[in-house]
Amino acid sequence: MADSRGNEAPAWVDLALLPAINLAAAFVVAGLVIAILGENPFKAMALLVYGSLGYGEAIGFTLYYATNFVFTGLAVAVAFHAGLFNIGGEGQAYLGGLGAGLVCLALGGAVPGLLVVPLAILAAMLFGAAWAYVPGWLQARRGSHIVITTIMFNFIAASLMTYLMVNIFIKPGQQSPESREFDASTWMPFVHEILAPLGIQLAKSPLNLSLLLAILAAVGLWVLLWRTRWGYALRVVGFNETAAVYGGIAPARVVVAAMALSGALAGLVGVNELMGVQHRLMLNFTGGYGYVGIAVALMGRNHPVGICLAALLFGALYQGGAELSFDMPRLTKEVVVVIQGLIILFCGAFEGLFRPRLLALFRRRAPVAA
Amino acid sequence: MADTLVLLLLMIDATVRVATPLVLAALAGLFAERAGVVDIGLEGKMLGAAFAAAATATVLGSPWLGLLAAIAVAVSLSMVHGVACIRYNGNQVVSGMALNILMAGLAPTLAYAWFAQGGQTPMLPSNLRFMPIVAPFHDTLAGIPVVGALWSRVHGHNALVYAAALAVPLTAFVIYRTRFGLRLRAVGENPQAVDTAGISVAGLRYRALLINGVLCGLSGAYLSTAHGAGFVRDMTAGKGYLALAALIFGKWRPVPTLLACLLFAFTDALQARLQGAALPGIGQIPVQAIQALPYVLTVLLLAGFVGRAMAPKAIGVPYVKER
Repeated sequence: MADSRGNEAPAWVDLALLPAINLAAAFVVAGLVIAILGENPFKAMALLVYGSLGYGEAIGFTLYYATNFVFTGLAVAVAFHAGLFNIGGEGQAYLGGLGAGLVCLALGGAVPGLLVVPLAILAAMLFGAAWAYVPGWLQARRGSHIVITTIMFNFIAASLMTYLMVNIFIKPGQQSPESREFDASTWMPFVHEILAPLGIQLAKSPLNLSLLLAILAAVGLWVLLWRTRWGYALRVVGFNETAAVYGGIAPARVVVAAMALSGALAGLVGVNELMGVQHRLMLNFTGGYGYVGIAVALMGRNHPVGICLAALLFGALYQGGAELSFDMPRLTKEVVVVIQGLIILFCGAFEGLFRPRLLALFRRRAPVAA
Repeated sequence: MADTLVLLLLMIDATVRVATPLVLAALAGLFAERAGVVDIGLEGKMLGAAFAAAATATVLGSPWLGLLAAIAVAVSLSMVHGVACIRYNGNQVVSGMALNILMAGLAPTLAYAWFAQGGQTPMLPSNLRFMPIVAPFHDTLAGIPVVGALWSRVHGHNALVYAAALAVPLTAFVIYRTRFGLRLRAVGENPQAVDTAGISVAGLRYRALLINGVLCGLSGAYLSTAHGAGFVRDMTAGKGYLALAALIFGKWRPVPTLLACLLFAFTDALQARLQGAALPGIGQIPVQAIQALPYVLTVLLLAGFVGRAMAPKAIGVPYVKER
């Protein structure tokens, strides 16, 4: 921000009020679309809320989707703090799933699950990191624009996975390209199954222990970015590369590391999806989570707390959207994608629409500091 | 021999069919990016245009009105991108991504609600599509062995294929031989200089985006009312990104971009042909390897391993007047 100190608007305006206004704008436009389609937008909103938070199973699904969004949102954010735009979350998540799947298929059953699960999680991070490392390295050393290379890598990942699934991992005597089921010892336990022996009865849902992993990732990233020397270096590079060089930081190394970390986080989607729910390697399990991560990071202002809240919102949208299409025959679940697009538009592209006005409004009202 | 010729001609046909929307979209990207505005929203604009063309052709009963609607929708989306990037100095990549996601949701949502066919528009009969145009001398020339076969490839395409073919020299002319083109290139390289010369940076960029929208409209209309017979869910299937790759592979220049589109389209045709066929000496090439080829080539180019792609200097940077 170019404003001089003491002249700034209060932090809550920037961190809470502004995202809320942008979100409201997105919902107003989405409401108009729904009204044009001949459905009642207020009823749709009520259905969205009920469908995502109204009963136990729905909450489970919402949290399960949110888990994915925390991973991809954090992935986009960490790259963003280093001044990089990682659009490759989709491909990195895909490869992460491959890593996890390879370990589960190779070791599952032969080695105790307590050993296989951490190994598979590490493999997911490693594979995701590797898939992001290459564009990062190309950006740092060869000046290749990371936005384009990460987009290209998404497509290359899709081709690679199709090849592997159709030719190598497909279960013999089966039409659809899916691997055999992972050994049950490698599954991430479902939350409702863990809590049942403790006398806590939860509705069945795909929510699994990956949620814990997501929370750990968010806390870990916060510590890393704001409480370590390395995180400081990363943020300096993103803020001002020249200053970073002047301060003795090697931007190239930071860029590559930030991308690898970003890819590792995105790769964890594979853990939630494959080890948590599908229990097999399959095609297209990433379902656009990588792209939605951009919206989550923008909405969450690239801060782990914001990202967790935004991930909850998007998780609720995903789950509520499915519900919405049941009850409103004129709507499909893609209405949710419309809302996502609008949120990216208002929180990201049109950030300059409300922000200067709002900040100016509050700056004028704030008492002048001595 | 005759078989090889037939095969070759079939490959050319397939290449032209796939290349047409790529060429139109890549040229659209060329105008935007040479003016300094990043456009990763090609995919979304094509999808929106494809839906508008098919829906309008269905309802109003004319492919030409469909084309107009496609252009109107794509231009509107271009202008949203323009207002975000030029007026509000927004992040151009975010804005493009927003358009892609918005259209990926909006097009099937509208199709579902308006036509109630599970997210697609009704099949278009041939009188509501752009059909092959039969050129003169066809019957006379058809009898001559090689000439007839070659001539039969030149004519008999639909109007939008010819539009794409014309768009390339036209773009080259506008970019390299007109005052507008000179200014357009200047605004992508050094907007300060353009501003100092008393020419509006914003005005030029809006005009570039206007042309961008028209071309995206043509590209989308081709998908749903010429090549296809109606809009189907996700019908662009990454073609907007492929066009972007072709634009970069063509180093942001019209003719090389056309060649890149043809190369990418040819790999697509090849991939469909080679399905399961083994090549002598190499063995069976996985179809997916050929599918990934355009993207791998583009990455290699960007990395400077096969030539060097120099983007316009001011690309992606909002122009702020006061200094």
